[in-house]
This record gives sequence, C-alpha cells and structure tokens, in this order.
Amino acid sequence: MRIWVPGDSAARALGADEVAEAIAAEARARGIEAQIVRNGSRGMIWLEPMVEVEIDGVRCGYGPVVPADATAILSGEAACALGPVEALEWMRRQTRLTFARVGVIDPLSLAEYEAHGGLTGLRRALAMDGAAVIEEVSASGLRGRGGAGFPTGIKWKTVHDAPGAQKYIVCNADEGDSGTFADRMLMEGDPFSLIEGMAIAAHAVGASKGYVYLRSEYPDAIRVMARAVEIAREAGILGADALGPGRAFDIEIRKGAGAYVCGEETSLLNSLEGKRGIVRAKPPLPALEGFMGRPTIVNNVISLATVPVIMEKGAAHYAGFGLGRSKGTVTLQIAGNVKRGGLFETAFGMTLGEAVEDLGGGSATGRPVKAVQVGGPLGAYMPVSMFDTPLGYEEFDAAGGLIGHAGLVIFDETADMLGMARFAMEFCAIESCGKCTPCRIGAVRGVETIDRIREGDPTALPLLADLCETMKDGSLCALGGFTPFPVMSAVRHFPDEFATAKEAAE
Amino acid sequence: MQPPAPSLSAEEIRAIIHRHLALEGPLLPILHALQEACGHIPEAAREPVCDALNITRAELHGVITFYHDFREAPAGRHVLKICRAEACQAMGGAALAEAALARLGLGWHGTTANGAVTVEPVYCLGLCACAPAAMLDERPVGRVDRARIDALLAEAGA
Repeated sequence: MRIWVPGDSAARALGADEVAEAIAAEARARGIEAQIVRNGSRGMIWLEPMVEVEIDGVRCGYGPVVPADATAILSGEAACALGPVEALEWMRRQTRLTFARVGVIDPLSLAEYEAHGGLTGLRRALAMDGAAVIEEVSASGLRGRGGAGFPTGIKWKTVHDAPGAQKYIVCNADEGDSGTFADRMLMEGDPFSLIEGMAIAAHAVGASKGYVYLRSEYPDAIRVMARAVEIAREAGILGADALGPGRAFDIEIRKGAGAYVCGEETSLLNSLEGKRGIVRAKPPLPALEGFMGRPTIVNNVISLATVPVIMEKGAAHYAGFGLGRSKGTVTLQIAGNVKRGGLFETAFGMTLGEAVEDLGGGSATGRPVKAVQVGGPLGAYMPVSMFDTPLGYEEFDAAGGLIGHAGLVIFDETADMLGMARFAMEFCAIESCGKCTPCRIGAVRGVETIDRIREGDPTALPLLADLCETMKDGSLCALGGFTPFPVMSAVRHFPDEFATAKEAAE
Repeated sequence: MQPPAPSLSAEEIRAIIHRHLALEGPLLPILHALQEACGHIPEAAREPVCDALNITRAELHGVITFYHDFREAPAGRHVLKICRAEACQAMGGAALAEAALARLGLGWHGTTANGAVTVEPVYCLGLCACAPAAMLDERPVGRVDRARIDALLAEAGA
C-alpha cells in the first residue's frame, strides 16, 4: 500500500509529521505493509496535510487530515476523502510545467525523477552546443521569474560571450518576499529539477561551478537541496565528468544569514563572497563581472528549474502558453487572508480577480476583499477595481504595479492601508543595506512622514509623494526604488484612509 | 534541543575555520559553523578568523553586524520566530505577536528571564498560505493563534 504524506514545510507546519506517524503506527497495528512517501506539496495548502493513498493505481486524496483520521483513512472510509487528486478542479485547471513533479514524486528519488521526464532536457542539451541551448532558451521566451522579468536567454548569451576561463552559475534562492513560496516548494518538492537546470546553464555558458544561495529561514529546503546535491554527485550528474568527459560541474549550497536585501543579485554576490550584503552599482553587470569578478549567471530558482522542461519539450511548446511578451507559465502563490491559498501554475493571462475570487475563493474571514499586494513587499496594492488586470509583466506595469515573483497577498476590508504603507517604509528601513542615501535615510523619514499624516499634519502627504519620487529615482536597487510602489499605491487607491486621518485630527 | 556549549577552545575554533578555508568566500560558512557550535560568534574567534582570511577586525565586525542571523551573545535555549510580514499581517499576525510579547513582558529580540526562549521577528517563512506563521527552532508552525503560541511557549519552557 503506497501512501503519500507531504514533507513540505507548509504541510509540516500544519501537522503532517504527526499525521505520518499516526498512519505508520496504525498500519503497523493492523499488519498492513504501508510504504509512506514524504512527497512535496501539491500546492493546495488549505487541504494540508493532504494525504494520498493509492487505490487501484489511482492516487486518492484526504485532507485536511488530523492524526485521529489515520484509522478511517486506512479503512477507506475517511470523511475527508477528496477523490482522485488529479481530478480535483485545482489540479485540472493548471498547466503544470515547472511544477509537474512537485507533490507527485519522492523528492529525493532520482529514479522517480527520471521516470517522470527528469534528465531528458539535460541529455538533449548536452548533445547540442552551448550557443544552440541558449538559442532554445531565448526562443522559449523565458523571463526571470525572480521579479525583474529580464529575458533569461539574453543573460545567458552575455555570460557565454564574456571572456574568462572560470564562469559561475548562481541560483538566487533568497526568496524573501512575503506571499511567495514557489522557490521553497520547488526545492523541497523537486530539487533535482533545479540541479538539472543549473547543469544545463553550466553547459550552455561553459561554467564549472554553481552555488545555490538559500535563505536561512528555509531549513527544510536547505536539508533537501543539500541531500539532493549529494545524490546527484553519487549518480555522476554533478562532479568531474558531469557535462561530458573532463567537463566538470558541481554545486554548493550556501546558507544566507537573514538579510532580505541579499535577494538583490549584486548584494547576494557580495554575501556569497563573504562580505556585507551591500548592493553593487551596475554596470558592471554580474553577467560580466559577477561572483569573484568573473562572468556569472544569477537566476531565480523558478527560472532555472523551468529550463529542463523547455529543453525536454522544446521552446515552441513552452512559448505556446502565455500572453504577449509574457510567455509560458506563471507560478501564482495565493496567500494571506484567503480561503483557498496555495500554489497554482498557469499560463500568463489570467486576470487578478479570477485568481483571487475564483481560485482563492475570496477572503478566509468571509469579509469582502479590499486589496491584493502583488509581487511582495515592494509590489503595489491593487484594489478590487483593478481586478480585471491580466497577469502579465507589461499589463501589470501599465497598471502601476509589478508582477514580481507572482505572490498575491490578499487583505480583507479590515486592512489598515495607512498602516500597511507605514510598514513598507519600516521594512525598507530595517532591511536597507545602507549604501545609498534615498533608501537608507528615505525609509526612516518615510515612517516619520506617514506618522505625521496619521496625526493629521496636512503638509505631510505632499512630502511623502515627493520623498517617494526621490527614492524611486535615486535608489541603487529595487529595495529603495520599489518601496514607493506599496506606499503610493495605498495612497492612490485608498485616499480616504490618508485623508480621514487628517480630518479626524482636525 | 541540547543547550549550546558556552565556549569553544582555541583548538576547536581553529578546526572550524580550517574546515572551510578551501571554499570560495568562506566567511559566512565559517560564521554559521561557529554559531552552530556555540550559539553565537565568540569574541575569541574574531582574531583567528581575521588572521585566516586576511581581513581587518572592522571588516569582520561589519559582516557580523550586517546579518540578522549572527549573534554576539547566545540566545535563549529556544528561539521562537514570529513572522511580521504582510501575508501574516493580513491574518492578524501583528496583534498575535504583540499579545505574545506582552504576556512574556518582552520586546522583540528579548529572552525570558529563565533563559528558555528568545522571541524574534522574521520577515517571511514561506508559509504565507497558512498564515500567521511562526518557527520554533527549526520547526515550522502555521495558522498560529493564541492557543498555539501559548502551547509553543509552554513547550519551550517559557
């Protein structure tokens, strides 16, 4: 009897370990030979811990499960039975390319990884020369999924063409944005796809060494990735002859140290080198002078983990999904005050409202939704009136927001938007690396200015707008440069809350 | 959880540093290893680290103080991290954290008088679809409410 109990940290946070123990104990007591696999999460976090049992070759789901359900599940009569998992609406409506294996396979079974299409892309890539691989990645239209949306193929070509004997592949796994967890779920649920993506990148540009800079807030992901790298080494996917005879590639997992700004690529590189995570001025681009001053690809987890499926199924297949210049799929992370939160991979083009209302089912509290912060702490608050905005890079840009890493944080009508604007400034002040003045000083003054607005100072609001302009234009990186997005979107879309504070005081 | 050893011998410090010297950019791995071994970055390790990496004390100090994770003094026996980020705020995380701190009579980063628990803010644990979230040592906890926070604190001996 095969049983899956997710080992994903969100499932664990909701009691999956206790459920796994209870099922194992119950199976022992009844003399049932049960093989319990700790898989990744299917992404339906509201159903976690979601247990799956194989019945006549079909995986049937139960969730959310508590340890006391073990008896009923093993008897096949649990009230929380969901039916075949693949037939659930949440699963059927998705286009799972990057996340095809997450929740399906045992994350650390290389055999299952291969049986589900793993390593096909790498083998195909290794039969091509680097330039042809880059051509394929470019043709797929893949853009950086970390938030900036820069075309991945162009970045790779720059590194490919850069002179230098030693080049690096650096994976940015410093997923610090609130409302985002796709990187975590992928690394915990299908770590080999990231390793394969990095190996393809290494082959494409001629790199021999890769680093995964993984935030310390993700201890489970660190454990799974570290073990996956060992397994890949034992299997020869990494090591002295990884990319062919005498063509080495190896990966090291590096743990971050709790600095949000290290998700910015140049700050990450400094941190990796053992320095303070201070942002570097660009140029020079990391592609030309990156880690240790050498040509370096810095890509997000999802970008790199999507490359294997592009190489496996071809650029045209991937580019066949999407909207305009936003090709392929977006891994939506639906979070915050929402009834059905989780990960949903779909072609670009779905509207924000469809994601929030239709997929998410509205707020968890049942109150009307007030705003959605899209793209993390540096993303705009989108009011309900903008729910018809399609999820695409250009579409969100035109609407005064950004798609970022595609996290959607939902707030109900009780949200204090002035408070959220203040928090955005406070967060920027706490996490600022300190290199540029608009961010370092501006964020502190921003908090003070918003406090003045709350106290009813009528001169403070124009000052805040001016400060945000300065931060936007004068900051060195997205931390100071984008903090105005949440702040000014709150002011623009919820002016009453900034005005009421004033009137109340008068 | 075993309480971390209060101090490291010069020999142990040297061994930890030496183990990482072949890495490119070994400073963060060294600091993590030192902290794992004794709960903080001991003063006695500063000089050997500087010597081994050929950096100044000022540079090392800059790195240690830049990152939220590194401690110059040991934390309590357990560390409870409560998420302060937006997704958790949307689910009432701020009030929950305030209540927990008030009950313990602590501010952020404070340690209970019996040395059992240090309470720290964290900005996102990636548990945003089951907010509010917390982490006791390395154990993630989702949909935290007052009862769960109390249970976690009791478990940690606060």
